[in-house]
Amino acid sequence: MNRGVSWPALWLGIIGFGILYVPVMVMVVYSFNAGRLVSVWAGFSTKWYGELMQNDQVLEALGKSLWVAVNAATLSTVFGVLIALAFVRYGNFRFRLLLSALASTPLVMPEVVTGLSLLLLFIAMEGFLGWPAGRGLDTIIIAHTTFGMCFAAIVVQSRLRDFDMSIEEAAADLGATQPFIFFSITLPVIAPAVVAAWLLAFTLSFDDLVIASFVSGPGSSTLPIVVFSKVRLGVTPEINALATIMIALVAASVITASIIIYRNAAGRVATTQKGSQP
Amino acid sequence: MAASMMAGRRWISRHGRRLVVALPLLWLLIFFLMPLVEVAQTSFTTARRGIPPFAPLWGFDKDGFFTNFNLKNYGLLLDYWQDYIGPAGNSLRLAFFSTLICLLFAYPMAWWIARSNPRQRAILLVLVMLPFWTSSLLRIYALIGLLNPNGFINSMLIFLGVIDTPLRMMQTDFSIYMGMLLTYLPLMILPLYAVMIRLEDDLLDAAADLGASRAGVFMTVVLPLTLPGIVAGSLLVFIPAVGEFVIPALLGGPEQIMVGKVLWTEFFRNRDWPVASAIAMLLLALLALPIIYARYQDGREAAIDRVGGQGGAP
Repeated sequence: MNRGVSWPALWLGIIGFGILYVPVMVMVVYSFNAGRLVSVWAGFSTKWYGELMQNDQVLEALGKSLWVAVNAATLSTVFGVLIALAFVRYGNFRFRLLLSALASTPLVMPEVVTGLSLLLLFIAMEGFLGWPAGRGLDTIIIAHTTFGMCFAAIVVQSRLRDFDMSIEEAAADLGATQPFIFFSITLPVIAPAVVAAWLLAFTLSFDDLVIASFVSGPGSSTLPIVVFSKVRLGVTPEINALATIMIALVAASVITASIIIYRNAAGRVATTQKGSQP
Repeated sequence: MAASMMAGRRWISRHGRRLVVALPLLWLLIFFLMPLVEVAQTSFTTARRGIPPFAPLWGFDKDGFFTNFNLKNYGLLLDYWQDYIGPAGNSLRLAFFSTLICLLFAYPMAWWIARSNPRQRAILLVLVMLPFWTSSLLRIYALIGLLNPNGFINSMLIFLGVIDTPLRMMQTDFSIYMGMLLTYLPLMILPLYAVMIRLEDDLLDAAADLGASRAGVFMTVVLPLTLPGIVAGSLLVFIPAVGEFVIPALLGGPEQIMVGKVLWTEFFRNRDWPVASAIAMLLLALLALPIIYARYQDGREAAIDRVGGQGGAP
């Protein structure tokens, strides 16, 4: 039997990839358009990149977004590792069911609900505790950490499941304390997953518009908030330039990371299985 | 000495464990569960001028306990059903067909990837995951440049002489479906791919050797075995699609108003937080069953896990 892909399926697949990539490619090309309109090619120019570099509002928002994303990703990763440790290592601990429900529902919660509900909480807390006083970057970091840790936990969990426990048991037999074992053995072994979890949480935070819009205060507009307000007013060539830079950065890092992972995995397959993998 | 060291170690391992569970548990109780309680409370109170712009649901004053509990917000949703329940229906309809269209494209794409040789597969998987790592807001913005009346597609078609007047593509169901495909297609492909890669060639060969036609093999072997992937992917697309805000806000018109956009308008434009909270409760009610069902699917974890790093591996 033919194990390949039939022609109609191949065509649907090509159209599918087309839908994912054509809009972005057209935008990248037109970011070098001298004219203001998307439809009319008025010659090659990098002037929108120049104007972007002059746009203080965008640059300031970029700085805020990076600050929020770095903090949220770091907190998310720490909590994500803790959740993963609890689920993989602690068996049937108390509150397991509660924690698993709480750590998986944020993954599917509609963003508008998460945003609105957190804002209402922050306002209630401000009334009772006096904290957080107003809303700003801190409240965005808290909001992003809340769903980021759930994604981070999943990424770390699968790596932790494959972990060879005998190494840790050997260390414990030789008298190492639990924290020492964790930092000197467990963490280095799961490091790739921890990095992946951090990057995922960073991306989710950096791209979030809806939740940040609810929980941000005046003067704490992140990049997506600024982009959204500009896009609403129509197509702006500066945003083309901004999007091109961001997509190029992401593409470069994802492709580099994939090549490294692919080479490592291929090397491991070759040495352990001697080409028995199809 | 040895005994005290042992005791100290045991203390750390016991209380360390407690901390490991307690820290994330407390965070999620405070910043995930309590906010939902807060929304539920606010949906039963009344809007007023001031900060915050709603009356407290309950409290104590000089006369003792008081409450502002009422069902007016929900009554409002019913009275003006075409402004509230209508968009909720729109959301379900658009999300349902978006899920189907995603499945239509994702199924052959995942099959194609799973049947490729390891090298080609790695490249195709990166192509699927790349959009996931880039901002969906920016990709939807790129789509606007394509679909606008004076956008890329219309200018090309007019230039080539295919049409005289621009096609209306923005603010239609079509633009919504394109936006949903652009945003959610990778989320449908990954769980499908995860089940298809485990499908043994021998199984397909056996079915074919026993006389099954191509369609027969598909219906009796491939489809049942990939069903878990179909269910997981569909939930991954359907649930966020129902609550979607950016897509109807940027690509939709008055016919495509979705419940997420109504909530947004009620909150930011009308500043009626209690009504916005009632809409949030409505949205949660719509999604309660799929959300509970999704908890019992491991396909979602597989997909997120794949996005989170192992994707490039053969």
